[in-house]
Amino acid sequence: MRQATRSTLCLLFLYANVAGAEEPSLPPGLGGSEPSLPAGLGVDEPALPAGLDNLPVKIPANDTAASDWKELLPFDFTGYAEARLGTRLQSDTAEKTASIGEARLHLGANKSWESTTANLTGDFLYDPVLDRHSVELESGEGWFDLREANLLFRPTDFSDIKIGRQILTWGTGDLIFINDLFPKDWNSFFIGRDEEYLKAPSDALKIALFHEFANLDIVYTPRFDSDRFIDGRRITYFNQNAGNIVGRNLPVLVDKPSRRFSEDEIALRLHRMINAYETALYFYDGYWKSPNGQDAASGLFTFPVLSVYGASIRGPLAGGIGNAELGYYDSRDYSSGNDPLIRNSEWRLLVGYERELLPEFTGSVQYYLERMENHDAYRASLPAGVFTKDKNRHVITVRLTKLLINQNLTLSLFNFYSPSDEDGYLRPKINYKLDDNWTLETGGNLFFGKRNETFFGQFEDNSNVYVSVRYGF
Amino acid sequence: MKKCILFSALAMFMAQPAFALSIDEIVARANHAAYYQGADGKAKVQMVITDKQGRERSRNFTILRKDVDDAGDTEQKFYVYFSRPADVNKTAFLVWKQIDKDDDRWLYLPALDLVKRIAASDERTSFVGSHFFYEDVSGRTPSEDRHELVEETDNYYVLKSTPKNLKLVEFAYYKNWIHKTTFIPVKTEFYDTSGKAYRTYDALKVDTINGFPTVTRSKMTDTNIGGFTVMGYSKVNYDIGLPEDIFSERYLRAAPRQYLR
Repeated sequence: MRQATRSTLCLLFLYANVAGAEEPSLPPGLGGSEPSLPAGLGVDEPALPAGLDNLPVKIPANDTAASDWKELLPFDFTGYAEARLGTRLQSDTAEKTASIGEARLHLGANKSWESTTANLTGDFLYDPVLDRHSVELESGEGWFDLREANLLFRPTDFSDIKIGRQILTWGTGDLIFINDLFPKDWNSFFIGRDEEYLKAPSDALKIALFHEFANLDIVYTPRFDSDRFIDGRRITYFNQNAGNIVGRNLPVLVDKPSRRFSEDEIALRLHRMINAYETALYFYDGYWKSPNGQDAASGLFTFPVLSVYGASIRGPLAGGIGNAELGYYDSRDYSSGNDPLIRNSEWRLLVGYERELLPEFTGSVQYYLERMENHDAYRASLPAGVFTKDKNRHVITVRLTKLLINQNLTLSLFNFYSPSDEDGYLRPKINYKLDDNWTLETGGNLFFGKRNETFFGQFEDNSNVYVSVRYGF
Repeated sequence: MKKCILFSALAMFMAQPAFALSIDEIVARANHAAYYQGADGKAKVQMVITDKQGRERSRNFTILRKDVDDAGDTEQKFYVYFSRPADVNKTAFLVWKQIDKDDDRWLYLPALDLVKRIAASDERTSFVGSHFFYEDVSGRTPSEDRHELVEETDNYYVLKSTPKNLKLVEFAYYKNWIHKTTFIPVKTEFYDTSGKAYRTYDALKVDTINGFPTVTRSKMTDTNIGGFTVMGYSKVNYDIGLPEDIFSERYLRAAPRQYLR
């Protein structure tokens, strides 16, 4: 009886197979007796004869040997080893010719429990371009840079808390930051480290509260975390006092706010989606992130008090993504702009647009404005003959990104150009993923400008090119 | 013996339904079977990309999906969390799939803590460097094509679908073999203007999970690009009760680990 059924089904199947000679064979699971048919259709499909499912299938390897050992660890582990070499394109008497000569081992571990995640990420590095190698965790100097050491937990379903050393980012700009006043590492950026190193860590408490009406992020940094600013030890800069470009011969010496719980920072972001548009309001209370003042008595550079009020919006626009961001920088120490040693208050504005121009080819443009308040008072306070900043600093950026060879080769170009300062900064880069582990990269940091005193112009002698090889695991 | 006759009759009946489904219904059911089963779902995906030189690259990720409009099979939200290769570990990708306008997409880069809004791209560009296009992963809107039933076999409805706007796609038409009982698209062939099939999707394995027949291994071959990609699905689960707020900036920055295991 059962035999008869089977042969009938077999015949039926054979008939079907002859009738539809070009049709695809049923994949295992559809044809075999295995997947039970949906309720109500309780009839088994004819069993597929052996060999029909014998397609030239490349079964995905379960795990490559190289990553097997990671499965054995009780935590998630990842990292890379990298060598990165770079050289200046012109001789610079104030710096070494090599711009970077770095060996780096980046290790990251994280472990999750029910509602808590612990993150630990650090970089071991050695670079003979620098003369000092002792570890300074706060400034990231030396042979070890602790990038993350934090706990993330969800005390309630409407809040996330992250405490400890962490990387923080918000705002809408592409390599331009208005309301993101978390520390940046401009040295890393200018010497051609991976873009991720532009963000320096904060030692902070982040409380994120979520509500239907809006979400609120509160970031409290008990002790001011400055930028890893340009201080002359790696990158030369224009020193107003010296009236010239200086470097290792005259590093920036600072008097930095560093009293815990009194010289602190707070940053707030109130944000919500309105349809497809991300909108946000921001507030910051702390200090200028890079030295923007000077103590007349000691000559030390300072970080004047700063409050920032801002807003942003980002969303779809004409087949791409548009964004706009505004911020008012209230330099509260400057007292109406007649102190030339403290930076004036200013407005900052950014509008940007990005879209795919062709398949795998994306372009974006941004317009950025810094508009100084009380420019007349500032000008009047300067001694005669000294370089005077314009009231408005305009910057236009363009980014072009092209992916090739199954997205393994990335060609990218980012250019800052300021028509008012007549200077700029070009960042070409080629990145090739040789396989799942090896990545090769080469690129440049090319500064240009008519004058030594302008923002990008002062870095002209730091123009450099670099190559890197990375093994990720 | 009686049982056997009944059995065969049923099988015959199924193979040649007396009241044939309309083409739109077949298309709608196939679309549902491929992309909308359950109100939400989760899968771990292992992708192996083999290029034309035979070199392999892998992508491992977990994908979470929730139907915003479960009854209508339209808007959906996707959350993709990468674990391998090392350079994309912990990167998260969020998509709000729209029907009559561009999808909304975000990418989270953990090393920078950066939530990046991604410009809508051509739906027919590679998904993470594989031979699968974005559209293959999230579904092509059925109303973008005109469908005709070109053949009906015991196992399949064979549909030919011609795009209404040829300028938006690289193919002239495609043929789809839709399994009659499950409505799973078992094979799709894309043809160029000269009538040559250059791109083929094959469902290699189907498992029934939580009552839903599910493709658990599939392959995309593209002779224009050269090479092929195989996707293997594991830990598939449906109707797990994913809250919609998983698909938001909050969970880009702090991955929803309990749903990613």
